[in-house]
Amino acid sequence: MTDAKVDEPLLKVRGLYKSFGAVQALADVDLDLPAGAVTALCGDNGAGKSVLIKCISGIFEPDHGQIYWEGRPVHIRNAHDASALAIETVYQDLALADNLDIVQNMFLGRERLRRRLLDEDDMERAAAETLASLRVTTVRSIRQPVGSLSGGQRQSVAVAKAVMWNSKLVIMDEPTAALGVAQTTQVLELIRRLRDRGLAVALVSHNLIDVFAVADRIAVMYLGRKVVEDKASTFDRQSVVEYMTTGGLGLTAVGLLTGDGATRDAP
Amino acid sequence: MTRPDPNSANTATTGTPAAPEVEQPVEALADPTAAPEVAASLVPPEIVAQTLREYARGQVLRIRGGDSGVLPVVLALVVIVIVFQAISPNHVFLSAGNIVNLFQQSSYFMVFAMAEIFVLLLGEIDLSIGYVGPVGAVIAVQLVQPSTTNWPWLPAVIVALIACAVIGAVQGTLVTRLRLPSFIVTLAGLLIFNGVLLIVLAFGPFSGYPSLGGQKPNPHALYDWMWGHISPTGGWIAMAVIVGALGLNSFLRDTRRRRSGLVAPPLSLTFIKIVFLAAVGVAVVAVCNVNRAHIGTLAGVPWSIFIVLGVLGAWTFLLGRTRYGRYVYAIGGNAEAARRAGINVNMVRTVAFVLCSLTAGIAGLLYASYLGGMSNNVPGGQLVLYAVAGAVIGGTSLFGGRGKIAHGVLGGLVIGGIYNGTYLLGLQVQWQFIVTGGVLIAAVTIDALSRRGSASGGVGRV
Repeated sequence: MTDAKVDEPLLKVRGLYKSFGAVQALADVDLDLPAGAVTALCGDNGAGKSVLIKCISGIFEPDHGQIYWEGRPVHIRNAHDASALAIETVYQDLALADNLDIVQNMFLGRERLRRRLLDEDDMERAAAETLASLRVTTVRSIRQPVGSLSGGQRQSVAVAKAVMWNSKLVIMDEPTAALGVAQTTQVLELIRRLRDRGLAVALVSHNLIDVFAVADRIAVMYLGRKVVEDKASTFDRQSVVEYMTTGGLGLTAVGLLTGDGATRDAP
Repeated sequence: MTRPDPNSANTATTGTPAAPEVEQPVEALADPTAAPEVAASLVPPEIVAQTLREYARGQVLRIRGGDSGVLPVVLALVVIVIVFQAISPNHVFLSAGNIVNLFQQSSYFMVFAMAEIFVLLLGEIDLSIGYVGPVGAVIAVQLVQPSTTNWPWLPAVIVALIACAVIGAVQGTLVTRLRLPSFIVTLAGLLIFNGVLLIVLAFGPFSGYPSLGGQKPNPHALYDWMWGHISPTGGWIAMAVIVGALGLNSFLRDTRRRRSGLVAPPLSLTFIKIVFLAAVGVAVVAVCNVNRAHIGTLAGVPWSIFIVLGVLGAWTFLLGRTRYGRYVYAIGGNAEAARRAGINVNMVRTVAFVLCSLTAGIAGLLYASYLGGMSNNVPGGQLVLYAVAGAVIGGTSLFGGRGKIAHGVLGGLVIGGIYNGTYLLGLQVQWQFIVTGGVLIAAVTIDALSRRGSASGGVGRV
C-alpha cells in the first residue's frame, strides 16, 4: 500500500449529483482515487456504485458536481473523453467479442494500420508484450478466439485491453462475480500488479473477501450517498457490512465492534 | 495469496486429469478451470502447430471439439461428385464439358451466396437480393439494347450496380436507423423489387424479354460474362499469375512472421498450401482447355470463373485485412462491445447491406448473362433461398460473427452441383429442390453432431 500518494489523488470527485427522473441516484458524492492504490467501492444493490463509476467513465453525465483529474477540473461527457484522460473501464460483461481472437479484441476500435491495412504483426507483438508484463501466461496462443478462454483468462484479457493504452485509472466493475476460486485468485493477483505499476484502480465489488484481499482503501455507498471512505486497515468485514446495509455504525445493535467508525462522515 | 486447489470441483466437471501437485511460480500458475483439451480444440491449428504432425492433430481436435469448419461442405461435394458420376447417363458428370457447365451454372449461386454472407456475418439477413440482383441486371440489359438507349456495356453495368447499392443503402438505413427487423424490411424488399423488375422489363419494344443475343458488341459483352472465355494460353498465364501472387504473398508473410519471432505455420505447411493451390489451378485450367464443343472448337477458361474469383478476392481482402472487415466480425460477435469500442455500428451495418446488394447486382448480371437476357420468370425467391442455403452449407453461421466469403463459393458449388446433376439425370425440378434441402439439413446436422458433447459452447450455424 502506498500511503504517500494518497495526499494527491489522481482523480477527485466532489459534490456529485445525478438523478434519473424522480430517483436521486447520487447525492453530494465525494470520492478520491489515488494513484498506486486500489480503492474498493462497496454498497448494496441500488446504492449508486454503478452510477458513480459510469459518471467517471463517461457513460452518464452528472447533474452537478465536479471531477478533478490530476488536480484540474475536467468534464467527462463520453467514453472518448474518458479514454483521452487515460481512464479505462472493465465492464462486468467484459465487452469482448467471442469470435475474435485475443489480439483482435485488445485492439478493437483502435487497430494499428500500415498502408491503410491492418498491421497484424505489430498488434500481435504489442498485445503479447502487454500480456507478458501482466504475467498472463496461461493462454495457449494469443491468436485463439476469446470464446475458447476460461472466465479468469477472459477477465485477464479485458484487463490487459484496458491497461494497454497507458491508462492511469482502471475501473473494474465486479471483476470476480462470475469466477471460480482459482480464477478469482488470478484476477486479484492481476489487480495487485496494476497497483504496483502505479495505476489507480477502482474496484466495484459485493464480495468483501475480495475487497479485503486487495483493497488499500474502501469507500461505502448507501442510498446514493458515500457514507464512509478510509484506509482498508481501519475496517473489518462487520463494519463494512453495517455501512452497506444501514449507512452508518451503531445504528443497529451488532454495530459496536469497531471504535472509530462513529467519527467518520456518516450522513 | 492462496494457491488454487487443483482438485477443485471445476476441474472435476471438465473431466480432465487434475494437475499434479507441484510448486510452480506465480506467473506459471495454471488455470485449473480451463479444460486444456477443449480450449485447444478451438484454437486454429495453424497458429499453434510448429510441425505438420501437430497441425494435423490440432485439426482433428478442432473438428472433434465442435468446429467442423468446411468439413461438411467438402464431404457434401465429394458425395455429390461420386453419386452423380455413378448414376449420370454415360458417366458424363465429370466430363470436361460438364464440369465447365457446372462452374457456369454455379457461378451466380456462388455470387448470391457471397452477397448474403455480408449480412449474415452481422447476424442479419437480406431476403430481397433475389430480386434486387435481377433489378440491377435488367437495368443493364435494357441500357445496352441497340434499338433503344444503346449504352456501352461498362457504364450500363456501373449504373446497374449503383442502383443496387442505393437499394441496399435504403434497406440498410431502415434496418439500422429505424431499428426495423432486417427480415421484414428485406421481405418487403423482395416483393417490391419483384414489382420493380416487372416494370423495368416492360420498357422498350421487347414484350418484356430484352435479350442479350445477337452480335452487337455491347449486349454481346454482357452475354460473354457467362459464355465468353479466354484463350487456352491466356488461361495458363492467368492461372500462373494468380497462383504465383497468392503463393508468394503467403510465403512472404509466413517467413516474415517466423523471422520476427511470431508464431507461424510450419514451412512445410506453407508449401503444401501453395502446391495444393497450384494443383487446383492447373486442374481447373486443364479441364477448361479441353475442347468441349461437339463441332468445331470451344476451349478456354470462362470469364464467369474470373468474375467469381474477383468477387471472392476483393471481399476476402476487405473482410480480412481492413478495419471495416474487422468491425463486421466484431459487430457480429458482440455488437455492444463494438459500440463501446467506439465503432460506428450503424454505419458498418448499413455499408454491409450496400455491399450485399451490390454483390447481388453482380450475381444478377451473371444470371441474366446465363439466360441470355431477362424475362419475367426470374425465380427470385428461390435464388435468395439458395443464397442463404449456400452460405450456411458453406459454413457461415446465421447468428453472425462466423463465416468467410469463401464459404459462399463452396456452398454455391454444392447447389450448382445438385442443379447440374439432377438436370443430367433428366429429373424434374422438384427433385432438385428436395435434394438441395436434404443437403442443407445434412450440412447442419454434421455441424451439430460435431458440436455435440463439446463443452466449448461454440456457436453453430443455425
